[in-house]
Order: sequence, then C-alpha cells, then structure tokens
Amino acid sequence: MRRGLGWIAALSGSILAGCNGVQSALDPKGPAADELANLIWLFTVLCAVIWVLVMAVLVTIMLRRRQRRIHPLHVDQASERTVSRVVISAVAATGIVLVALTLLSFFANRTLAGVGEDAVLTIRLTGQQWWWEVKYENAEPSKILTTANEIHIPAGEQVRLVLQSDDVIHSFWVPSLHGKLDLIPGVVNSLTLKADKPGVYRGQCAEFCGLQHAHMAMLVIAQPRADFDAWYADQLRDAAQPLTEEQSTGRDLFLDRPCVMCHRIQGTTAGGTTGPDLTHVASRRTLAAGTLQMSRGSLAAWIADPQSIKWGAKMPVMNLTGDELNAIVAYLENLK
Amino acid sequence: MRRLASMLLLCLAFAAAGCQREERQTRPQPSLGDSEQGVPVTTLAPGGGSPLLSDAKAAEFEANAFQLSEGKRLFSWYNCSGCHANGGGGMGPALMDDKWIYGDSIEAIHASIRDGRPNGMPSFRNHIPDDQIWELAAFVRSLSGKVPSAAAPNRNDDMMPHPAENRLPGAATEGKSP
Repeated sequence: MRRGLGWIAALSGSILAGCNGVQSALDPKGPAADELANLIWLFTVLCAVIWVLVMAVLVTIMLRRRQRRIHPLHVDQASERTVSRVVISAVAATGIVLVALTLLSFFANRTLAGVGEDAVLTIRLTGQQWWWEVKYENAEPSKILTTANEIHIPAGEQVRLVLQSDDVIHSFWVPSLHGKLDLIPGVVNSLTLKADKPGVYRGQCAEFCGLQHAHMAMLVIAQPRADFDAWYADQLRDAAQPLTEEQSTGRDLFLDRPCVMCHRIQGTTAGGTTGPDLTHVASRRTLAAGTLQMSRGSLAAWIADPQSIKWGAKMPVMNLTGDELNAIVAYLENLK
Repeated sequence: MRRLASMLLLCLAFAAAGCQREERQTRPQPSLGDSEQGVPVTTLAPGGGSPLLSDAKAAEFEANAFQLSEGKRLFSWYNCSGCHANGGGGMGPALMDDKWIYGDSIEAIHASIRDGRPNGMPSFRNHIPDDQIWELAAFVRSLSGKVPSAAAPNRNDDMMPHPAENRLPGAATEGKSP
C-alpha cells in the first residue's frame, strides 16, 4: 500500500514536471495565459470536487444495507418528500454551477478579446507547410522586416498578431502566452500577445496540417525594449558580405543553384519568397521550424538531404558535391 | 463456423486491397549523382518529327498524381505564369491548347524547361532540380488534358481561369482504349 502510494507520488511528480518550462499552459507568462490558466484550474478543481461528492453519495447508497422489504405499492409520504427535495436541489445546484462556469468562461473570453487595444507593433504571421513566415509591419516600407519561425517581441508590451495562411489551416499556439487561434486560408484572425517578462517561449502548430505538422514549431522571444530595438535594427540590415574565399564561392553557388528560386537574401539577387527568408538565417536559434538546433552541422545536414530530416518538406534534394555543400554552408553560417 | 471464418477472411482481403496506394516519392533521385536524360545528337528521325530519347523517369512521372500535384505547385512557385499565364499564354506560348512546337511528349517538355528554347524560353538547368523539372513537365501535359483524370490535379481552392486539369475533355478518355 505504502509502496503503491510512493509510486503514484513519483509518477504524478514526473508528470507535473512537464507543467512548467518553455511550453506550458499551466505556467503562464502573460495576461492572456494567466486568464486561461485560472480558468483551467477553476474548472479542474470544481469539477473534481463535484465528481468526488457524487461518487461519495453513490458509494454510500450502494453500501447502505437494504432496509425491510416494502410493498411496491406502498408510498411513504415522508421519504418521498425527502427524495424530491434532494433531487430538486441537486438539479438546481447543477444548473447554478453550469451557468456560473459559462459566465466565467464568457468573461475570460471577453478579457482576451479586449486585451491589446493599444498594441505597439503589428506582426503578420503566415502559416506555410511547414513553417511560419513572420512579417513585421511598418508604415515605412524600408522598415518592414520578414523573418521565419522566430517572433521577437518587446517584453511587457502588447503586440498585435495578424494570423493568415497560404495553404491549409494551421493553428498558432504558444501555451505560455496565449490560447490557440487558427490560421485559416482566406480569413484574417488576430490576437494580442504580451509577455510579462523576457524569456523564450516555445509554440507549436496546433491544427493537423499535413505530413510534418509535428515539426512546425516556433519560438517567441521576449526581450527588453532596448534589446528588441537593437535586434530589429540588426535584422533590417543587408546580409553579411562573405569574408573568406569559401564563403564567396558559397554565395555564388547559392545564386546559381536552385536555392535562389525560393529563398531571399536581402542585398543579393536572391529574391524568392516561397521559402523562408535567409538574410539572417544564422542568427536564428533553430532550423526548419524548430526541427534542428542552428549549427554548421545542422545546416549541412539539412541542405544535403532535407527529406531524411523532414520527410515531405517542400525543400527538394539537390545535386551538390561535397565541396559545393561546404561552400554554401560556410556562406549561410556567416549570415548572422 | 468455417464458412463464417472464410467470409471474414475474404472481407479482410478486400479491405486490405484498399491499403495499396500510390507511392509518394519525395526523394526520387539519389542524393548524389546525375539522373538527367540524354540529349539527342542528331536532328534526323524516321518519318520526320524530332528525335527523342525516351527516359525511365517519363513513365514514372507521367501519370503519378503526387508528382502532378507537385508540378502544379511548382508552376506557380517558380512563376511560370509570368509568361505562360496559367497555361493561357502571354509573352510565351499557350500551354493548354493542342499545338506543340516541340512535340507533346514529356521528354520534349522536360528538354524545353531544362535547356530553354529560342525566342525567350530560359534554361532552368541549374536552377530547378531535375526531378522537379520532370514534375513540371508532367503537369504541363495535364494542362491540355493529356493526363488521365484519375491522376490529374483537382480544382484549386480559389478561382481558376480554366476547368480543373482532371475535368478537361481529354482527361476522361486518356489512357483508356476507345
């Protein structure tokens, strides 16, 4: 018995360990997520209490010894009255609890919709099979920034996210910051994101969108205002110039090979927009929408054979020799 | 009892037949090595016409639904519509009629995309992986209903300038004996 309890404690301990960290709705890091976490706890606790009560009543009744056998047609007025009183009050209590929960979730939703009247920034997030295009909007065209799979936001400030999709339905879900919202082709949804503190929050596509749905993650990186501004200014620059001979060979190869058909590198003639923007690819933390950690090895592996890492991804296998591959990787690695 | 078991077995066999589906090759070509088709070295061919070398890839891609739909996606990704306007033609010739300057075989279309043609068609030899060129060539054939309707791409989600490739008049009878 004691050992069993120990096991249960250990097991629930390890399950609960998953409840905090970079991706957890139970570890809220922003006002919207706070609202939702409160709802989750309230619903869970209230429903658990009610369930335990109902079960207790049921078990008591089942265990109670059967009293004397009464005639089926015999009606005991007193006990009839008790029974109807109990049933009526139980129904009333159920109704009250349901209405109260409905109202609570309604008000929580209203708060979520009301948040973000004064957003400092608008980011257009486009779902693609299987990555996220992130576009920072600005009235000044030269300050529009396009990147991928990584959303940098200033901490403590409200950011408006405009969600849309180019192919199928995806869903934006960063549990630590906000609930799910779908990205639907032909429809524009929007939500407001606010991270109370700087940090890295992981998000994941939450609507099955095809073969590599599981490998469609993103990072939301909340930074202090100054850091964010510095990052933004840095990302607006043209791509870094090649420093070594190998890197400049790599750039020439990039522009001469299929890479250029889909990818854009600002400051070169590469202007494809169907794949992720690579102007500052090496400054990002992950590759292929959170599939690989960014490193020279990952870049090489990904370019050499994307289909063995992310089967079905739209990036094809190209015929590159080892030297060509190395040169291209050397060039991309420098695009900080 | 035995009869029931055999009936069940038969049902299972029929159901299992449904498991067979077209194979999706997302990595058809070896990571290294060249799978390009040969180039004809003469312009002479028996009975006129232009000589063409058939290619193993042609049969593999010609009526494969997955490769055709990939071709359709690439047609817009690589902006073929810039000159061929959804197959209707513009700066380049129309692709949805039954006039073929270099023949209607998938090999000829592949050669046109890969090597380019006089009067404006650029060569995409280095810019598009060979297998994607085959996919594009297969899709171009479907634009004029030269692909069986079972394999040709379906309609788009948005408005289309012409009937879906699998609804074209030729597609219904393609690949079937008259």
